Amino acid sequence: MRELLRVAVIGAGVVGSLIARCLTRYRCEVHIFEKEEDVGWGITKANSAVIHGGYDDPPGSVRARFCAKGNAMYSSLSEELGFELKRIGSFVLVQAPEDFPYLETLKAQALDNGLSGCAILPAQKVRDLEPHIADTVLGGFWCPSAGITEPWMVAIGAVENAVKNGARLHLSEAVTGLVTAEGSRGRRVVALKTVRGEYPIDIVINASGLWAEELSTLAGAYCPPLHPRKGEYLLFDKFDPPLVRSILFPIPSSVSKGILVLPTVDGGLLLGPTATDLPKEAREETSTTREGLSEVLYSARKLVPTLDPQWTVKTFAGLRPESPQKDFAIGKTEVEGFIQAAAMRSPGLTAAPAVAEHVVEEVLRRECGYSLESNDRFTPVNPPFVNVSNLPLEEWEKKIETDPLYGKIACVCNKVTEGDIRDAVRRGATTVDGVKFRTRASFGRCQGGFCLAKIAEILARESGRSLGEVKMRSGRTELLRGRVRE
Amino acid sequence: MREVITDTLVIGGGASGMAAAVECVERGCRTILVEREESIGGVLNQCIHNGFGLHVFKEELTGPEYAQLFKSQIHQKGVEIQPDLFVVNIDPKRREVVTMGKGGCVVYRPRALIMTTGARERPFSSLRIPGTRPAGIYTAGVAQRFVNLYNRLPGDRAFILGSGDIGLIMARRLTLEGMKVLGVAELMPHPGGLARNIAQCLDDFDIPLRLSTSVVEVRGRERLEGITLAKFDPVTLQRIPGTEERVDCDTLILSVGLLPQNELIESFVETEPVNRGVKVDSFMRTTHLWIFAAGNNVAIYDLVDFVTLDGKIAGQSAARMVRDGFLPEKRIPLARSEQIGTLIPSFCCVEGQPFTIYFRSKKTMKKARVSIGPGIFETVRLGIKPSEMVDIPFTVKHFGKLKQLGLTKIEVSIKEVP
Repeated sequence: MRELLRVAVIGAGVVGSLIARCLTRYRCEVHIFEKEEDVGWGITKANSAVIHGGYDDPPGSVRARFCAKGNAMYSSLSEELGFELKRIGSFVLVQAPEDFPYLETLKAQALDNGLSGCAILPAQKVRDLEPHIADTVLGGFWCPSAGITEPWMVAIGAVENAVKNGARLHLSEAVTGLVTAEGSRGRRVVALKTVRGEYPIDIVINASGLWAEELSTLAGAYCPPLHPRKGEYLLFDKFDPPLVRSILFPIPSSVSKGILVLPTVDGGLLLGPTATDLPKEAREETSTTREGLSEVLYSARKLVPTLDPQWTVKTFAGLRPESPQKDFAIGKTEVEGFIQAAAMRSPGLTAAPAVAEHVVEEVLRRECGYSLESNDRFTPVNPPFVNVSNLPLEEWEKKIETDPLYGKIACVCNKVTEGDIRDAVRRGATTVDGVKFRTRASFGRCQGGFCLAKIAEILARESGRSLGEVKMRSGRTELLRGRVRE
Repeated sequence: MREVITDTLVIGGGASGMAAAVECVERGCRTILVEREESIGGVLNQCIHNGFGLHVFKEELTGPEYAQLFKSQIHQKGVEIQPDLFVVNIDPKRREVVTMGKGGCVVYRPRALIMTTGARERPFSSLRIPGTRPAGIYTAGVAQRFVNLYNRLPGDRAFILGSGDIGLIMARRLTLEGMKVLGVAELMPHPGGLARNIAQCLDDFDIPLRLSTSVVEVRGRERLEGITLAKFDPVTLQRIPGTEERVDCDTLILSVGLLPQNELIESFVETEPVNRGVKVDSFMRTTHLWIFAAGNNVAIYDLVDFVTLDGKIAGQSAARMVRDGFLPEKRIPLARSEQIGTLIPSFCCVEGQPFTIYFRSKKTMKKARVSIGPGIFETVRLGIKPSEMVDIPFTVKHFGKLKQLGLTKIEVSIKEVP
């Protein structure tokens, strides 16, 4: 019997994890290498979380090719992998008469990309749907298929599913080297080195986000030059009834889509991002700045003037990779077996499912000619990630009958039970942030004031560690450093 | 799903909830106290320092001791305690309180409901302080929980932002446990906590208090490495450029204020626009006539003793309503002058019984004239501080004057006098 093809996916962000999952549809040995302690902690963790409609990418770009298709794939993906998706629709709001022709362009592009239901709406129509928008809004471009999700849950769901279907997940295992050899068709990858060891490998898929260029250098393959672009955000408290119901875009600048105002899936309100280009090396520079946060507020208030900074529950910044081409870099390279899934700038999240399918079906199977047999045991479905408090009362009670911990609330703001937190730990969370991102515990108003100690306690108990070993996230992020004298 | 009918239901077993429940049961009401934690006592359980009870018990107690006195009464007098029970929803039309706990769902139908849900701490991430988001930043209450209930220390070198009482208490506590507390910064030109805590927790341990100063940046990718302080103009509260100073520390403790917690009722009762505290009248009754409220969910008090006293009034009023079927409804608003921040209650019931007006001045005043009226009465108070509440009894005599004057609102004002 011929040995199975050995594939390494570098990076467990949205792109890498969806590629890994696609690969497990076939009989091959899939390894996912991630330098962080958890899945989806790079670009995936801090972005606008928008599933874009696919009307504003320049025709002919790689982005345009994958965005609308990716958007369409999200519905079934969310059902299979168990993450939340809300198609709340988006508006591009016009506040100057000279910008109306731009909406016509969007409408034409939407048609070209096969989108349905898009329309240019007059001010009153927009205001009926979004009563809190500025008086200066003259109209808007409506796209009903745009939506929101939790990008890290997409990655967590995809990795969990990939692992279930046979992939091996290597967390906290940064790739340090790639070994290539001269083959019949030029150089090819033969092995991969990590902080833990060396793995013989046939294919390397580069989904390493901001590290994609460095990784390419290790392989001797070309990658467009990448630099981080920082986006700062403010997260506001929940409102009942919600202040904003859909995704509100301004007219974009030449640099970015501008500063958005949009709901989050758990009912908060997100404002941002800025677009600050950083030097290449600043791949972990996710600090917020005074200027950035002011800019977010200032621009967001142009769309929704009543936004009050005292509703802030959190500020954060994320990075996205930007290249001079402003486009994705996907496909095979001059090094055999080294495949790019890089430069995934906006709308990378939206495009990811389509890119993943393309990388496996088109690049690997068709262009590179690897023959892969179907994995007969592939199951596409994960058990959904449930918050029992969101179930109807009778169903919640049934869960409590199976385990009383489902009847014990730990996170008061988002009503997350100790049972849900324990399940998150059993499903892979090893840190406070791991629990937080899986369950939304401490995502709310008090930001952990009531539940941080409880989360830490459950983590310690479930993992058989002491409270002093519990960490916030990767690296030296222990919560506690010493003991009280006894 | 079970349904329980009761006379009074108290939500929250902290200082005011325990006091309210005791009053209700003493007046013959079937009283159920719902608590989301495993045991009642609220935040008192982790406040192992002393300074509690000087008004109510005329002696100085620790938090757990203070709580214990109420816990014993609750057990003796037969309040039904339901711990580990979380209130999911309150339906004001059907007067139902839906709860969930380890035993499943219980729906309570009380004749009177008392909300004593307390406050939560303002979190760091809401302050919009730029910089990184490392480990090592905790609110004072979280740090207190780790130290006092889990016997763990957060780090080695701490700085404290905000001079609220819990922050001051933690400055002393962490110092006593061997951490180096480098200082306390307060944005305002006056301290946020009590004068006695400044003296006993900072001065006695040579911990510097830096007024008109705040943290403007946080550094450190994994663990906190340091902060940047800057001075702020005492009047405009604007940052003064060029006053930045870097401090190296691995722990930042926040004591930047408490926020009333009213998620369960804020969509249907009136709240104060400033801090989202529930508006109550002199019976401690909300704008829904069967719902009473007391404690830090109404406004942030300086002393637990006052929380207890208002909890008692809420309990007495609820019991009276259950017994008589009604409470006098006619009420007139209390209005505040510009110098006044927090003011309790929001309304005075004109057919009511004597009560206490509590307020906080926005400014420090050596000597001040407090006017209630116009024309009801005036009184002079010394040593007014924003951190300390002023308590003004409103007596039978004052009710007489109020009727005589025929006022439609009561203005509470304060003015500095020489």
